[in-house]
Amino acid sequence: MFGKTKNKSEGLFTASQWQLMTWRFSRHRVAVVSLVVLVIFYLIAAFCEFVAPYDPGRYSAKYVLAPPTTLHFVSPEGKFSLRPYVFGLESARDMETLAVVFEVDESQVYPIKFLVHGDPYKLWGLWESDIHLFGVDGEDGMLFLWGADSMGRDLFSRVVFGARISLSIGLVGVFLSLVLGVILGGISGYFGGAVDVVIQRVIEFLRSLPAIPLWMTLAAALPHGWSPMRLYFAITVLLSLIGWTGLARVVRGRFMSLREEDFVMAARLCGASEMRVILRHLVPSFLSHLIASLTLSIPGMILSETSLSFLGLGLQPPVVSWGVLLQTAQNLRTVVLAPWLLLPGLAVVIVVLAFNFLGDGMRDAADPYSH
Amino acid sequence: MLKFIANRLLLFIPTLIAISIVTFVLIQLPPGDYVTSYLMELEQSGQEVTAELATALRQRYGLDDPMVIRFFKWIGNIVLRGDFGYSMQWNRPVGDLIWERIGWTVAISLATMLFTWLLAFPIGVYSATHQYSPLDYVFTLIGFLGQSVPNFLIALVFMWLGYKWFGLEIGGLFSEAYLEAPWSWPKFVDLLNHLWVPMVVLGTAGTAGLIRTLRANLLDEIRKPYVVTARAKGLPERRVIWKYPVRVAINPFISSTAYMLPGLISGATIVSVVLSLPTTGPMQLRALMSQDMYLAGSFLLILSSLTVLGTLVSDILLAWVDPRIRVSG
Repeated sequence: MFGKTKNKSEGLFTASQWQLMTWRFSRHRVAVVSLVVLVIFYLIAAFCEFVAPYDPGRYSAKYVLAPPTTLHFVSPEGKFSLRPYVFGLESARDMETLAVVFEVDESQVYPIKFLVHGDPYKLWGLWESDIHLFGVDGEDGMLFLWGADSMGRDLFSRVVFGARISLSIGLVGVFLSLVLGVILGGISGYFGGAVDVVIQRVIEFLRSLPAIPLWMTLAAALPHGWSPMRLYFAITVLLSLIGWTGLARVVRGRFMSLREEDFVMAARLCGASEMRVILRHLVPSFLSHLIASLTLSIPGMILSETSLSFLGLGLQPPVVSWGVLLQTAQNLRTVVLAPWLLLPGLAVVIVVLAFNFLGDGMRDAADPYSH
Repeated sequence: MLKFIANRLLLFIPTLIAISIVTFVLIQLPPGDYVTSYLMELEQSGQEVTAELATALRQRYGLDDPMVIRFFKWIGNIVLRGDFGYSMQWNRPVGDLIWERIGWTVAISLATMLFTWLLAFPIGVYSATHQYSPLDYVFTLIGFLGQSVPNFLIALVFMWLGYKWFGLEIGGLFSEAYLEAPWSWPKFVDLLNHLWVPMVVLGTAGTAGLIRTLRANLLDEIRKPYVVTARAKGLPERRVIWKYPVRVAINPFISSTAYMLPGLISGATIVSVVLSLPTTGPMQLRALMSQDMYLAGSFLLILSSLTVLGTLVSDILLAWVDPRIRVSG
């Protein structure tokens, strides 16, 4: 026990900044779990064709608004098995209310298997395959983990495919904001004077533009011939031209306080160029902060995709994204009839929550003054 | 203090001018102009379109003039006559349309703001003074959730649960029976019965954010030496906390007013659409969908101007509450 502490405290003195941060971060258990969750989500997004049991466009009039399939671990004969079963699903019409009702046919048993053959796909447009991570064999059995939508498409598969777009489409904008914020904030803070005044005025002006109305106006103003994906991408890039201001302010403040530090003076006396002072000595000292703020700005981008697509201003239906999926659950009637249509929202909440926890943990780990 | 305010006012005017220019450029971006689309609409609805009408309209908005002159005419109409242009979708002046809806929007937003403050303030102070207590964890979790769940999703879940458990049709501001009825006590009660839903839904996210900032600020503050001094002097704990640290930590409440002012008018578009509230948000959305650029542009102009105004007000308030800002600014 004693030896261990001694080793650790000795290591503490010689550890680099990054090592210290990794230690602090790994103690933040919620943040570590969040990181794992996010890695899983991004893996799902990368391999969505393989993970999803069905093609997202595969529709069937037979299964319109079919409820989520129940998984059974106990067979009709009362035998327990670790491999879950699903029963066959028959749709019929209730002759009294004329509503479609689904009946479970207990005579048909479909075990759920890993690596089954299903709808053919082309992974990343390169490799053709028809093997899916899990599913049921044959054409007759259907596995609707999260129910089916108004066209009888498997909602779970669509959520899996939606992850690819929802988790990636705003990343370029976020990255662009980061680059602009660091460069302009850095110039403003490092050189000061007239440049600083001009940049500060520009920031103040940009901050006074309200984001959502501006977004909506831009969506209406861009050329209508563009595909929804291209339009959305263009708007995220345009908005990043406005979104850099918050980060620029932080970077400016850091530069202003850091440029007076002794180690900067020492570097200058050693004959380091301005560029070297900035990139080698100043930026690393708050790089961790940048990464944390980057992490915290990604959930904003996911939420805006969801909200704007929900309103019909973001992505449009042929594209599958979480916001587009939630569009179908816009009124009370649908939600009461098929509450599982709200499930894509669950994916949004989990990812955003994980990003928030992760960013929080990283910020705590990066702060040299926290305990 | 006066110098500080004068300084801020001086910045206020050029910012407003820049905003009006950006808005104008955005209005001009879509292909074709307002008169061509307006005339097309008239023709489609079978009305006679005369050449005089076209010229009169073009002259009124000076659409044949160069860009710079058009800009000055547009902004001149707004500043001098309060004429925001004409909505082709509604066939009415934009100004009237916005004024009609502003009452409800402000009412709902004020109610939400009140709810947010009343809830966030005590919870934030409690969380900071009882750090790492079970209740603090609960509030932190709720705070994170409130920030992570999109507002419209909360609204949808509320509507669903309300219908499922109580058979309520949540949405709108009045029951159908009272929709056209004159004002009376039962109508007012009916309004209150409906108003709490948008209040809670809209307030959740704001409350969550405020609790987190207030807690963080107050935690920083109560570790400072002057708090220890106050305690050492034997001040009762209640006074120690409320007299100074809370006053300093309250900053986020004040700076958030800058963003609440435009929020008062825009009235949380998405939730309004889901809950079908008669606020300006859904109208703005429809204006944008149908390319009603004068209506949409006026909204953008009004909202941005209000943000600038809100920032000005909150800057002055901050300087009043916190002497440090007054001196350095």
